[in-house]
Amino acid sequence: MLSCSVCSLQSEGLERAVAAFRSVSGDEGVSLGEAVREQHGRDESVHRCRPPDVVVFPRCVEEVSALAKICHEHQLPIIPFGTGTGLEGGVGALKGGVCFSLRNMDQVLDLHQEDFDVTVEPGVTRKALNSYLRDTGLWFPVDPGADASLCGMASTSASGTNAVRYGTMRENVLNLEVVLADGTIIHTAGRGRRPRKTSAGYNLTNLFVGSEGTLGILTKATLRLYGIPESMVSAVCSFPSVQAAVDSTVQVLQAGVPIARIEFLDDVMIGACNSFNSLSYPVTPTLFLEFHGSSKSLEEQVSITEEITRDNGGSDFAWAEDEETRAKLWKARHDAWYASLALRPGCKAYSTDVCVPLSRLPQIIVETKEDLIRNNLTGPIAGHVGDGNFHCIMVLDPNDPDEVQRVHEFTERLARRALAMDGTCTGEHGVGLGKRALLREELGPMAMEVMQGLKATLDPKNLMNPGKVL
Amino acid sequence: MAARVLVGVKRVIDYAVKIRVKPDNTGVVTDGVKHSMNPFCEIAVEEAVRLKEKKLVKEVVAVSCGPQQVQETIRTALAMGADRGIHVEVSGKDYDTLGPLQVSKILAALAKKEEASLVILGKQAIDDDCNQTGQMTAALLDWPQGTFASEVTIDGDKIKVIREIDGGLETIKINMPAVVTADLRLNTPRYATLPNIMKAKKKKIASVKPGELGVDLTSRLEVLRVEEPAQRQAGVKVETVEDLVGKLKEAGRI
Repeated sequence: MLSCSVCSLQSEGLERAVAAFRSVSGDEGVSLGEAVREQHGRDESVHRCRPPDVVVFPRCVEEVSALAKICHEHQLPIIPFGTGTGLEGGVGALKGGVCFSLRNMDQVLDLHQEDFDVTVEPGVTRKALNSYLRDTGLWFPVDPGADASLCGMASTSASGTNAVRYGTMRENVLNLEVVLADGTIIHTAGRGRRPRKTSAGYNLTNLFVGSEGTLGILTKATLRLYGIPESMVSAVCSFPSVQAAVDSTVQVLQAGVPIARIEFLDDVMIGACNSFNSLSYPVTPTLFLEFHGSSKSLEEQVSITEEITRDNGGSDFAWAEDEETRAKLWKARHDAWYASLALRPGCKAYSTDVCVPLSRLPQIIVETKEDLIRNNLTGPIAGHVGDGNFHCIMVLDPNDPDEVQRVHEFTERLARRALAMDGTCTGEHGVGLGKRALLREELGPMAMEVMQGLKATLDPKNLMNPGKVL
Repeated sequence: MAARVLVGVKRVIDYAVKIRVKPDNTGVVTDGVKHSMNPFCEIAVEEAVRLKEKKLVKEVVAVSCGPQQVQETIRTALAMGADRGIHVEVSGKDYDTLGPLQVSKILAALAKKEEASLVILGKQAIDDDCNQTGQMTAALLDWPQGTFASEVTIDGDKIKVIREIDGGLETIKINMPAVVTADLRLNTPRYATLPNIMKAKKKKIASVKPGELGVDLTSRLEVLRVEEPAQRQAGVKVETVEDLVGKLKEAGRI
């Protein structure tokens, strides 16, 4: 007996498709189990579980292509699934269909050390890749926090705390192997190609980066690698105001300091971290910084930065080079999510994600904090201030419909505030399920039409992750 | 302190690899499989390098036993900060049967030859899980041993070792020369950075044969069969406590 949340197909048709799936992937490669389907219908967002009708586990791109052809023939939605660590409900099977779990395609292929590139399958996570690379002196620095699938990160154009130095997925994917809705396999930059730069044709690679499974299934990603920094220094500094913290950030960047991470925590967040970890940071806007480089260059970077923070009224500047002390200094930032949750035990947390030009950051943070207070909401703020990107960690009781509604309205106001300041409604989490209307507002009708045209060309039957992004 | 530290490093299948047993059940598949330095050996190298950075020891020598490929493992130790390497050439059948007894004889011979004051090893290798080499090496040398070390402090010509034991932590003080084996919490090993990997290419690795050290590699062990662990069977859901008791009786469990 199959139970689907939204049955848009006859059971018979699905049964025929499942039989065809089994002939491609074997019995072990196809699952109808309720628990398995539920696992593959949710991610780490607040969106409720929308399980697919069936989950398949292909082992190679040929299987992915064959399975996609079957879905195409039977008009079944296709939902690619990496690690399920997304934050915008991207894997929910709104119209049922087939979830393609890529976890069995977990090989690191083709490492080229002197060329600083590597190709990975979608089951490889960023921590697994960095562990694989640990003896080579190379690493892949994009760090969104979770141990996400690298192809999943490409699919949502992820970034993270050190984007200010190393860029986001957009800057670090050289080539993709993609299976389209009808099973066609393409290589966005040509098979096996990995030049560091190119001006050959349309930028197909970056069309698929950020497409959130709506244009094709990513089955290989060729990634740009970097040298592991010789040394690292971490630092913390307190400021009398948000403005002072952001001014310091801008000046550090203007001074040419190649800062690796520059993270902002507001006073509410610092208060939460103090309680959670029994720390005693001054409860005031705070910057957490990390510098990468040789020991000599670090000395210079830290000293320039310390001077800038002092000129902006910064105080309690503390820094450390050895791993254990650095970890202690940054513990507050690392535990921010849990510290926020601990403010109201029993509640859930939802992270907002807007990004504005640096110069508008103080204003948007001040207005957002006023909004939070006015509406009696819990939303400690943590931000990648070097990119103008910040997150309000909304702690809410999911069983209180009034609060849920207020949080929803708050996040809409926040997104529109960011749009009004020349920014974006999503800096790194993606559009997923919840921000499609905001995307329309952000892009305007003409650009939306072009996007819809591209979608119609690549996926005329709208089988690829329907109901997301557009 | 004119101390020289000998660190043993073993090349093993990388911890992240899914191990497969050979179809003839004589061993596991190693061809084309990613290998790297045993994680506990990484911790041992890190500790030795930290001692050198604190100027408590003068020289760190990394040793590995095996075929040509183990030189990669020695290079990684050099990139982490070891000063020079020694490759003890063992290959073919001898390598297949190489175990703690032979390795400890080799290390004991080298410790004497190199006039080492300290031998640091990982507590065990993640392929055979023997946890014997450190102890055997100390016995052959008639040196004190500080095994399962989670903290090592050199105090003059003595070493204070805090050992991880079942009941908690045990602190001992042993005379040098001594053998120490590294446990998980001793330190967090550094990554080899590109500049250090480049520098390591210039450091020397000497080759030596076990015969030159007077070591006989004959093994007293014979591997009869290697098998995968039994496949996990699917569970069964029951509706009532009576059903559960019934099923347990059926399975002969009660």
